[in-house]
Parts: sequence; structure tokens; C-alpha cells
Amino acid sequence: MSTLPNIAGPRPSALRRALTLHLPMAAIVLFAIGPYLWMLLTSLRPEATLFSAQRTLLPDALTSANYVRLFTRTTFTVNLLHSVVVALGTVAVGLAMSITAAYAFSRYRFPGRRALMMTFLLINMFPLILLIIPLFITMRVLSILDTHLALILAHSTFSIPFATWMMTSYFDAIPRSLDEAALVDGCTPLGAMVKVVLPLALPGVIATGIYIFITSWNEYLYASILAGQDVRTLTVAVQTLIGEYEIAWGLLTAGGVVGALPVTVLFLFIQKRLIAGMTQGAVKG
Amino acid sequence: MSARRRFDALPYVLVSPAVLATLVLVFAPMLQAAWTSLYHHILWKPRDVRFIGLDNYLAVAQDPVAWSSLGRTVMWIGLTVPLQLALGLATALLLNQRFRWRGLARSLILIPWALPSVVIALMWAWMYQPQVGLFNDLLLRLGLVTEAVPWLAQPGTALYAIIVALVWQGFPFFAIMILAGLQTIPASLYEAAAVDGATPWQQFREVTLPGLKGVIVTAVMLRLIWVANSIDVILVMTGGGPGYATHTLPLYAFKRTYGSMDFGYGTALACTFSLLLLGLIVLYLRRAGRDIRS
Repeated sequence: MSTLPNIAGPRPSALRRALTLHLPMAAIVLFAIGPYLWMLLTSLRPEATLFSAQRTLLPDALTSANYVRLFTRTTFTVNLLHSVVVALGTVAVGLAMSITAAYAFSRYRFPGRRALMMTFLLINMFPLILLIIPLFITMRVLSILDTHLALILAHSTFSIPFATWMMTSYFDAIPRSLDEAALVDGCTPLGAMVKVVLPLALPGVIATGIYIFITSWNEYLYASILAGQDVRTLTVAVQTLIGEYEIAWGLLTAGGVVGALPVTVLFLFIQKRLIAGMTQGAVKG
Repeated sequence: MSARRRFDALPYVLVSPAVLATLVLVFAPMLQAAWTSLYHHILWKPRDVRFIGLDNYLAVAQDPVAWSSLGRTVMWIGLTVPLQLALGLATALLLNQRFRWRGLARSLILIPWALPSVVIALMWAWMYQPQVGLFNDLLLRLGLVTEAVPWLAQPGTALYAIIVALVWQGFPFFAIMILAGLQTIPASLYEAAAVDGATPWQQFREVTLPGLKGVIVTAVMLRLIWVANSIDVILVMTGGGPGYATHTLPLYAFKRTYGSMDFGYGTALACTFSLLLLGLIVLYLRRAGRDIRS
């Protein structure tokens, strides 16, 4: 095993680095982006050439026709907006509900702690298909079916327990001596959380938020059963396209590219800050 | 936070928002679901709804499709999660080294994770497409197969084809979690080990792996649950077919519930699946907990 983190020592030779680092890294990157590139490439080809016998691996001509058709003939813009509203709402609810709980789990040893943590674990493993029927019935009684609120609440069933668990482990990684010092200096426990632990755990909080955003954006089953008419999110729209335009792969892949783009871009922006925040942790001190 | 002399209400106040929200959003519906599974309840036969005790569960135990779906679920989890972990760990170890295009590589690796499952199902279905899909095109051009393989349409390959797509979707999660874990390991530990003359392999065994254990245990558990419950990629790619070839237990429960509107039997299947998954997680945590202590 020569793939090792930042070790002090003599630099390995260039050939060795190519074989043990650059080559496997390139292979993994190709594996990761290949399917996406292929979808992008397909979406830029004229629809008529996709099934032609003379098709080539790389296209002779590129076209934006599939995208024009996507935005003029379908409701994609509206679907994107619905997805944004639902995902942002889910992040807000998920983080707000779980930060204090995660802090309590990490910093306090209180009767019932283990049982409560175990309970959050149980919720996390709860198959979503089982919750859909009762949620559907209850939401119909409350007349909130097919609204953003319905999907935010439904997505909170997995985002709150997930965020609680994830942030507990992030808080655990921050030495208790730091907030104990703050307490000695006269901070209240909540003050120590806000001023000392939370800033250090910020990368973890952001990572958790991103994860919630993505799961909410990705979510399809709740979105299709608890909503789908007035509030049709992107995933439901793509699935509907697959049903309506079964062999129009140019249009379908254009829909896939557009649907994936916002999350991908957002993710790449935040990712840098995330890792940077983690590497300059105050732990080394 | 040394000696707590009297009862401290603060932690209970701190956990109350999350607890209250989950009581309303998860526990109430869960009880309702458990209750529904004890009924004969088919949506379009509202006058025939009646309490039948455990009859639905007895029917599950005698349902050959439920058993074969369980077998496929075991294979689904048993192949997908270890492959995701292995690929994620390798990726994280590579990304934790210094090289010029590291930032670019790290960003590109994340793309599968950022994509909606429905889009993933769409793009992989397009690559598996029997007549003009990328895989068949390449294999035919290279002469590795003589005729196009209907990857998703034949029972022998469909489940594996979807597992490949799911490994692709899930490995960045492991990579990023493990990379974050690697970066919390203080450089001073490696320096100390290097001073003591530890080889790279020894440093990996004695410093890296112990430092990663907490992150890996958490990530595997979350991914295990997620993969077990994950049915949207299957649903969009094959709908569970051909026949029952790509039915996992939760997908079977979903299709029985919403396909035939058999709410009683569908929820009984889902409850059965939940209990089995619970058992698996408890076993896993016991073992993982013991490994961490030792």
C-alpha cells in the first residue's frame, strides 16, 4: 500500500508516483464523470442521429435543439423552482431541529441519552415506503397534500435524524477541553456551543446541510406520491418525461443535465470551503 | 463541565425540538403503519376492511416472492456497500496526497453523489440501452461480444447492472467522509511515527486506520441503511423486472402497496423488512463497537 497521507520523508520517483497516484486517480475520475459526460454528449447531438446506423462515438455536429425543446415544450423551469423551495426548506428545518440535539448528545451524559440516540438510529433506518401511506392519509386530512410544506415535512423524516447523527460525530471530533476552557472563562454552556464548538464544527454543519439539500433534491418517492400535480419537483418531472418521450433520448438526457446542474455547481462551490475549513482546524494548536 | 451535582435539565431542552418533530413526523405514522398491517385493507374495497391479526405476516412467510426478494436484498446490500467502501477508501487515500490536480480530482469525484437518483437511473439506462447504448457499442466494436446484450432486460444481468450504477452513486460519499476523517488525524502523529521508524504500511495500520474507525463505522452504517432502503434507481431503471429479477424486499412492498393498492399486505411486508434491517444494524453496531474498543 503506497497510497498514504502526507508523510514526511523522501519523495518517491516520478514513475512510481504516476503508477501509484496519477494513473489510479485518473481512472477513478474517469469512472466518476464518464456517465455524466456521456449524458451531456448525448444531449448535444441531433435527436435523429442517436439511432442511426452510421452513428459515431463522438458527434459530427453539436446542437442545442434538445435544450430549446426542453424549455419551450416542457414545464422544466417551474419544476426546478419547486425543487429549490423544497430542498432549502428541508435544509432549514433539518439543521435548526438537530444542532442543539447533536450538541447535547456529544457534550452531556444524561439519563436516557443512549436510548434517545438509539431511537434516532431507528428512525434513520425506517423504510420510507412504510411512512408514505400514513403520511398521505394524515396530509390529506390536513389538506396540505401537493404543497411544498408536505414535501418539506416528509423529507424532514430522514433529514432530522441524519443531521443529528452526523453532527454528533462532528461535535465529538472537537476536543472537549476547548469548551471546558470556555466554561472556566465564564461562558454559559450555550455560549460555549455557539462561540467555540459550532465555529469549529462549521465544516461538519455545512457538509450535513449539503447532504440534506442533495437528498431532498434527489428524493423521488415522496415527491411523486405526496405531491406531483401542483408541486411537481424535478425528479418527478424527469420520470414523467421518461414515460412521455420514451425514445427521445436527446430530450431526456437534456432534462437530466439541467436537473443535475444546480446541485453539482452548488456542491462544487461549497466543497472548497468545506475541506479548507477542515484542514485549518484549531486542533493542532 | 466536571461534577454535575444536581439534575441538569439543559440537555433535555436541547434535544426536545428534534424529539418532538420526530414523534409527530415518524412515530405517529409508524404506529399507524403497524396497525394497518394487521388489517385486510385493499384501497378499492373499502367495505371489506377488517381486522385479521397476524394473517398478513403468515402470508408473507409463505410468499415465495417475498423470500426470493429477501435473497436479492442480501446480495444487493452485500455487494453494493463493500464495493462503495473499498472504492471510497482508495479514492480518499489518493485525494489526501499532494498533487497538482488534486482540487480538480476532488471536485470531479463528487459529481455522482450530487446527482438525483432519477437522473442516475436515466443515464445508466441510456448506457445499457440494448440497440445503441454505449456499453454494447464499445463491446461490439472491440469484438468482445458478438451480439448486443440486453443488460436490463435479462434476469441474469439486470440486478448486477443496477448494482454497478449504485456503487457509482455511493462511493463519493465514502470518499468524502473518509477524507474528512483523514484530515482530522493530526500530522504530528505521522511525524512521531516516522521518527520512530515506522514504514508507510505501519503508519497506515497504526495511525490512519485507528483514526478513521469512527468515521468508517458511521459511514458504513448510514450507507447500509440507505442502500437497503434505496428503491428509486431500481424503480426507474427496470421497475423491478424482468419478472421479479430486480425486486428487493422494500421494492416488493412498494409495488404491492401501490401497484395493487393492497395496503395491509404491503405494510406487513414493509414491517417485516424493517425488523430484519433492525436486526442487521444491531448486529453490526455490536461488532463495530467491539472492534473500536479493542
